[in-house]
Amino acid sequence: MWEYTDKVQQHFLNPQNVGEVEKASGAGEVGSLACGDALKLSFKADANDIIIEAKFKTFGCASAIASSSVLTEIMIGKSVDEALKITNEDIADALGGLPKEKMHCSVMGREALEAAIADYRGLVLPMAEGEIVCECFGVTDLDVIRAVNESNLRSVEEITNFTKAGGGCGKCEDRLREILREAVGKKAEVVNLDPPPKRMTTLQKIKQIEEVLEREVRPGLKKDGGDIELIDVDGDFVTVSLRGACKSCKKSQTTIKEYVEKKLRELVLDNLIVEEESQ
Amino acid sequence: MTNVRDEIVYMDNNATTMVAPEVVEVMIPYLGNLYGNPSSMHTFGGLVGQDISDARRKVADLIGATPEEVIFTSCGTESDSTAILSALRTFPEKRHIITTRVEHPAVKSLCENLEMVTGHKYRVTRLKVDAEGMIDIDEYEAALTEDTVIASIMWANNETGNIYPVEKMATMAKQRGILFHTDAVQAVGKIPLDLKNLDIDFLSLSGHKLHGPKGVGVLYIKRGTHFVPFLPGGHQEHGRRGGTENVASIVGLGKACELAAANMEEENTRVKRLRDRLEEGLLSGVSQSRLNGHKTDRLPNTTNISFEFVEGEAILLHMNQHKICASSGSACTSGSLEPSHVLRAMGVPFTAAHGSIRFSLSTYNSEEEIDYVVEKMPPIIELLRKMSPFWKGN
Ligand SMILES: Cc1ncc(COP(=O)(O)O)c(C=O)c1O
Repeated sequence: MWEYTDKVQQHFLNPQNVGEVEKASGAGEVGSLACGDALKLSFKADANDIIIEAKFKTFGCASAIASSSVLTEIMIGKSVDEALKITNEDIADALGGLPKEKMHCSVMGREALEAAIADYRGLVLPMAEGEIVCECFGVTDLDVIRAVNESNLRSVEEITNFTKAGGGCGKCEDRLREILREAVGKKAEVVNLDPPPKRMTTLQKIKQIEEVLEREVRPGLKKDGGDIELIDVDGDFVTVSLRGACKSCKKSQTTIKEYVEKKLRELVLDNLIVEEESQ
Repeated sequence: MTNVRDEIVYMDNNATTMVAPEVVEVMIPYLGNLYGNPSSMHTFGGLVGQDISDARRKVADLIGATPEEVIFTSCGTESDSTAILSALRTFPEKRHIITTRVEHPAVKSLCENLEMVTGHKYRVTRLKVDAEGMIDIDEYEAALTEDTVIASIMWANNETGNIYPVEKMATMAKQRGILFHTDAVQAVGKIPLDLKNLDIDFLSLSGHKLHGPKGVGVLYIKRGTHFVPFLPGGHQEHGRRGGTENVASIVGLGKACELAAANMEEENTRVKRLRDRLEEGLLSGVSQSRLNGHKTDRLPNTTNISFEFVEGEAILLHMNQHKICASSGSACTSGSLEPSHVLRAMGVPFTAAHGSIRFSLSTYNSEEEIDYVVEKMPPIIELLRKMSPFWKGN
């Protein structure tokens, strides 16, 4: 159960300004079905650039709907210039706060607002540029940097809460950490920046495995008229191929596990897993 | 003041169940006067020991085991970990495990963290599932190797209710000298099980899923299967699980198992009919809705339905306004950002994965409740769809 404020519940259960403005002055759409939330915002401005009507359509959770609803209320009556100054924090504050995991909902509101205003002014959004960092959610480095600066983010986890970046497969976490480090600069204290513990590189691993095979394993196999070849090293998985007499030997699995794997675990790394190349 | 809990429509029984009043009743004396330690020499404690034996026999009866094959644990999660780690410690030289992509986190996370727990790296085969969430027995067969220590396959899935052919899979494992564990937390009490003539080495169950108390579970260990304790310690459970017994809960679980055996018929007739009525009512009452899971090989109490183009948490919150309790596989309910690993493994399209709702019934549900839910759901979905930028009408 999420902890929602009364204000969030109110806007969720009785959302204001649902729909699409007819003959809109500007409209912006952000998010996607894949992301789990999306917002289409449209508005109409009068001759003095004052927003007189704003509507939304949102696919998403309660806080996404509430953020959209409250955003339309904040916008209406403001000049377009003023509206552009609305931040995601303003949206969250108007709702009496959002759970931290849900801050991306307010960010989505701000992004849709910018997109709609850019559309009104016939501009190309700066956010559309930049380089995609998180492929799962289509978040760019510029999105991340902006969130870091505006909301004073200090960890990758916070970046995920605000922008969703890193919330999918997690492959971009290192890159996010890098962006965070650059954005915050040396002056600020950044948490969770320790590099992962040092491990053996694949190249070092291959070299040592070759050595052990040559020195410890091959002589034994050759005595029986066999041989072994290293095929691949992928992480801790070592693929080998048995040759000569060993190849047809029914005990090849035992040879690999009992003999080769044991030696490699003893002399190279104790979590290596040796497998025979499948035919 | 009226108690809100009397008015709720509870359809979230795969999350947890109401403790049966009969269960509460038998537990109370052990929270009061009967506080003796079952291990004590005096009669006051010793009698409690006998009550535990009674409970053990009731559990064994429900699953077709003998009392010696039953040990009490603190929860289903502990039972799962205990079984798998026992197998790994029994065959330390083997480094391969087979499981599925749809396991509960109790098994899934353990398999992802084996290196941290055991200090060794393991190769884990996670069996794929098809669009209906079923596994391919040929893929399973091909995965069984000489290096395989254990296969851990859930009996029934908590999100979809799908039932897996564990009897057959256990035999296939046994023929190759591989241990077999099944997480039967969702199956026990809902479908009849008889372990007597099966090749299942370990089975986990949990009290709170069958109208028993929370914080008590069982691990079944087949007679003759080698076992390494997870919690060595005192001599409780014949040295197989240390720790002074959670007496009240164990006695409660015994009662719950007795009730489950008596209600098995009803669960598979009346409850199943209620479930079918709910399912048909929702699928026909809401356009562009779809069933997640297998049509027939499924627990009698579970239905998981996706309402396309709307998001699960928003649906749940509206349901909450009507005091209807259910669950969602939606990302937003879990705090993570992706929809459930089960729906993703099934390849449920994004349009539907975010809007899935699981209804899980019990013998305490009534026809009126089903009709109430079938009436309340369509307007909720319609309301949210009107708000959705992706909804283009029927
Ligand atoms: C399939 C399955 N396994 C294990 C568990 C965990 O049981 P417990 O809550 O008793 O640890 C659950 C409960 O959510 C479950 O559904």
